[in-house]
Amino acid sequence: MPALRIEKLRKSYGALPVLKGIDLSVENGDVVAIIGRSGSGKSTMLRCINGLEPFQEGSIEVAGHRVEGSSSRLRELRKEVGMVFQGYNLFPHLNVADNITLAPRVVKGVPRAECDALVQQVLSRVGLEEKAGAYPDELSGGQQQRVAIARSLAMKPKVMLFDEVTSALDPELTGEVLKTIAELAEAGMTMVLVTHEMSFARRVATRTVFMHEGRVWEEGLSETFFSSPQTPELQSFIAPNLN
Amino acid sequence: MAYQMNFTPVLARAPELVEGTINTVFLSAQSIAIGVTIGLAIALIRVDGPKWAAAAGATYVEAFRNTPLLVQLFLIFFGLPYMGVRLSANTAAILAISLNLGAYSTEIFRAGLLAIPRTQIEAGLALGLSRLQVMRYVIIVPALRIIYPALTGQLTLTLLGSSMASAISATELTLAAAKIESQTFRSLETFLIAAAIYIALTFVFRAIYWLIGLWLFRRKAPPAPVLVPLLERQPEARI
Amino acid sequence: MMDSFGWPGVEFLFRGFMWTIGLSVITFLAGAFFGLLFALGRALGPRWLRFAIGGYIQLVQATPLLIVVFLAFYGLSFVGLYFPPLAAAAISLTVYATAFLADIWRGCIEAVPRTQWEAADSLALSRMQRLRYVILPQAFRIALGPTVGFMVQIVKNTSVTALIGFVELTRAGQLLNNMTFQPFHVFLTVAVMYFAACYPLSLSSETLKERKSASSTH
Repeated sequence: MPALRIEKLRKSYGALPVLKGIDLSVENGDVVAIIGRSGSGKSTMLRCINGLEPFQEGSIEVAGHRVEGSSSRLRELRKEVGMVFQGYNLFPHLNVADNITLAPRVVKGVPRAECDALVQQVLSRVGLEEKAGAYPDELSGGQQQRVAIARSLAMKPKVMLFDEVTSALDPELTGEVLKTIAELAEAGMTMVLVTHEMSFARRVATRTVFMHEGRVWEEGLSETFFSSPQTPELQSFIAPNLN
Repeated sequence: MAYQMNFTPVLARAPELVEGTINTVFLSAQSIAIGVTIGLAIALIRVDGPKWAAAAGATYVEAFRNTPLLVQLFLIFFGLPYMGVRLSANTAAILAISLNLGAYSTEIFRAGLLAIPRTQIEAGLALGLSRLQVMRYVIIVPALRIIYPALTGQLTLTLLGSSMASAISATELTLAAAKIESQTFRSLETFLIAAAIYIALTFVFRAIYWLIGLWLFRRKAPPAPVLVPLLERQPEARI
Repeated sequence: MMDSFGWPGVEFLFRGFMWTIGLSVITFLAGAFFGLLFALGRALGPRWLRFAIGGYIQLVQATPLLIVVFLAFYGLSFVGLYFPPLAAAAISLTVYATAFLADIWRGCIEAVPRTQWEAADSLALSRMQRLRYVILPQAFRIALGPTVGFMVQIVKNTSVTALIGFVELTRAGQLLNNMTFQPFHVFLTVAVMYFAACYPLSLSSETLKERKSASSTH
């Protein structure tokens, strides 16, 4: 069973169609990069996957859960599907450790005694062991984003979704976040990333998907995808990015 | 015991209610005109005036914002004669309410003036405008736009607060209602009608503020609209 | 008994002042209780509830406090419920404070960015958990300054109950003035007492607002 299967997904805002029939399948251990121009629907599709955006037609199945129905069913899904946002969205009133342990404690009932170990474990995966007591506004953007990744990891997700997680960062800070994601990929995490970082997609993603006008326009293994684009739209999209 | 509502004796006094309503409108409008002028003047002094004047302005603001309007009315109406100043109830009411609004609107105007970026002032000065001209042409309208919701909210509170002038027997709606109540003994009916009139007045005043806002912030620059190219008359070109 | 304004007069006013403080505390506690319920209902409730609470806020905020106080005191006693001045005062002031606090706090709840809801959402927190652990703690910080600022209004609003004969500070001033005929001294002292209660609140409200805006620039 694939980790994620999207079939005939359609969504519109009022009369404006955003997703016009998406089919996509992601296997366990896959790292799939989604690229495309802004307005192509890539972030909207990602937000549909964990139920943040409602959609009108089609079906999504992720980590064994169908995206549908009541909020309690969506919560079961979200326990196993992590999401990292462009704007980090850390909780500003909680320190790093509390940001990380809030959901494990109140959603999964992890006892306090185990929380310290959990914090250390996930922070070491993002290289921020010494920041457990810091507040979000004391951290750089890159550090905040790595904490957001650690917060998501603490729920031990089966699938992780990344929504343009480096777009809000200064160029010199994107490297540390991309390195963290690359390490997760090596460890076998199933991930779907919406990104603008072409060379990163080429290097780290097993497959790359090009979205255009609300459709999956072209997809393929990353090695061949960038070197031999099939459609003129993809050719013109990646031309300025890759030499 | 079941209470039978009976509005007839109150409605029979409609002329007094109408007169009270008109008096309330005049009392509020005069107080608003004077109070806003005071507020704008003292805000300018607090932002840009000499130190001693700014300090005096701050003292006035804090004194009036941290005491009840009712006590201000009593002090001005009953207390001032002690200092040789005898005012009619209506004049005392206008004075007290204006000073009260003046204190609140000072702080509102000041927040607006401080919200305008320094670069706007510098740009104006760099074009050779005087400080006063910068204030008049560059700062006032955008500052007013920022604070407009807060200011009109305060003006609504002033309208409602004018009801307290009845405590010194200034002629306005609440005094008229109190008189009708004491003669008809129809308390609930009288004050329900008074409440309805105040609610209606509030919405009328708000509609007027809204229209003034449209005129202040959306309309094209008045001079020679025909000569100005259409593109330059887009709303976002105006401040 | 008292024919000129002196120390006994100040003592008399001070007893009224204690009633002003007491009535303010009652009003704030009751107003905060209902105000929080109304703010939550207005920000997060079903459509009909939001509409009803919005209507309540609109109507109360368009009615003079004095009229609300008169309605409670004269009006309701005719319906067969006699309200002693203290009860009429507390009820009408609470009705008023509830509307304003609900409006202030709704704004604070809505000032927490949408992205915070989403982040909590994608961590599988339930609606109540999101409110309790993520939204309300942040809204609380935003609300501190405006709430303390509104306490100043509550203290000043209690003066209106003088006009239904509840003997708090302003009514005590009227009574003392009737005995001494020294309105300037009496009402100036009354004003000073109000100022002593309100100014510290105003100052701390400003400090809290500044601290919030300083921390939000990080």
